[in-house]
Amino acid sequence: MSIVAPHNGHGAQVGPPLWLLAELTYQCPLHCVFCYNPVDFAKHEDELPTADWIRVLREARAIGAVQCGFSGGEPLQRNDLEVLVAEAHALGYYTNLITSGIGLNEQRIGRLKEAGLDHIQLSFQDSTREVNDFLSSTRTFDLKRKAAELIKGHGYSMVMNCVIHRLNIDHIDRIIELAVELEADYLELANTQFYSWAHLNRDQLLPSREQVERAEATTNRWREKLGKKMKLFFVVPDYYERRPKKCMNGWGNVFLTIAPDGVALPCHTARMLPGLDFPSVREHGIREIWYESEGFNRYRGTGWMKEPCASCPEKEKDYGGCRCQAFMLAQDPAAADPVCDKSPRHAELVATVDRLQTPREDAPAIPLVFRGRKESLAAETLF
Amino acid sequence: MQTRETDTNTLPRIARGFRLQWEPVQSAHVLLYPEGMVKLNASAGEIMKRCDGTTRVEAIVLDLEKTFSTTGLERDVRAFLDIATEQRWIEWA
Repeated sequence: MSIVAPHNGHGAQVGPPLWLLAELTYQCPLHCVFCYNPVDFAKHEDELPTADWIRVLREARAIGAVQCGFSGGEPLQRNDLEVLVAEAHALGYYTNLITSGIGLNEQRIGRLKEAGLDHIQLSFQDSTREVNDFLSSTRTFDLKRKAAELIKGHGYSMVMNCVIHRLNIDHIDRIIELAVELEADYLELANTQFYSWAHLNRDQLLPSREQVERAEATTNRWREKLGKKMKLFFVVPDYYERRPKKCMNGWGNVFLTIAPDGVALPCHTARMLPGLDFPSVREHGIREIWYESEGFNRYRGTGWMKEPCASCPEKEKDYGGCRCQAFMLAQDPAAADPVCDKSPRHAELVATVDRLQTPREDAPAIPLVFRGRKESLAAETLF
Repeated sequence: MQTRETDTNTLPRIARGFRLQWEPVQSAHVLLYPEGMVKLNASAGEIMKRCDGTTRVEAIVLDLEKTFSTTGLERDVRAFLDIATEQRWIEWA
């Protein structure tokens, strides 16, 4: 996703939350091994009712939010989705639905279009029924193809998103071919980043360096061939970078996520961070949450940084990377993201990546963990 | 030399899937599109809001010159429309 916005993390002035991500539910018919929902999602099942979501939409719009994403889980699981889209549209948001397509049918897409839905992003797990269905632990491939036809049939441009990892990266040629066949306008080939469920399955999901290079070369060949017909985005796994990403475009800078239970977060995985009390929209207004809460201010701008970030000339370029990744890899949310080769913990990450280059002999003995309610309730780790 | 859309004097309009709107909080026109946003500067906003699919480039230029009591804007307007076309912000009817 891209956003061009005034930077506001440095200095006293904090800009508005331009992007509101409404994670309507953690419910999902799929069981993806790389799901970005918290591993303990089943412990946060008390979903906000419609009236609270409408209040959130109004309050965020009033302080300047313009993009609204409805995601989850699978947002189509909420039967008030049409009501919320209509409200968001009436308020002047550009409305995006981020969906697996499961639950989309002729009636539903008709009602969403009527409600003013601007855009739909459809996710796939792979180009073949076998792998798609295996990775999501469901029989959904044909349903997704049907959803793609409905999306195009209702005059929407289509952004297809396929999460890439070791088990499907070698099918990238066929994945792109499928996107062409389905007349996608944009295709995001996003390598999984290692948070939540993907982190649990990291050893099986990290592609090798050679696989990434091959996939990128294939993508480039298609780019030349397709020209302007379809835009291709290829996102490399962070673990292969030497500088961290400007995560969420800066903490509390443009993104405001509301989790299904009403907890407001600077990003959808921030809930894992220790010692931070994120406010709930059940108790606080959006303006107060965005501008005044401790959770949104903690890593805003550059004042919180330690070395090597504090004196780094690039600190405003990437804001030290991702706080969650720093916590997961360096056990300190205020550390430099170990993806950065200036981080004292970078060598450890390189060693991990090197170790994972060749699948272990005993790899089949380590089972993939499919996202599920039972697994979530049993989970001890939070990321 | 390749003929540019701006030279053929067809009708520019905001591309499908894009929406132009005034944002009071930002005091700017913004162009919204799937999962993204561009904040336009004042002149870009003034040009874009005249791309309604029924007004020729010449007329857009004249209107801008009249509104801002100036002349000689044609070159800048066409240069911006080239960029906007390249970025897929506008389509030509």
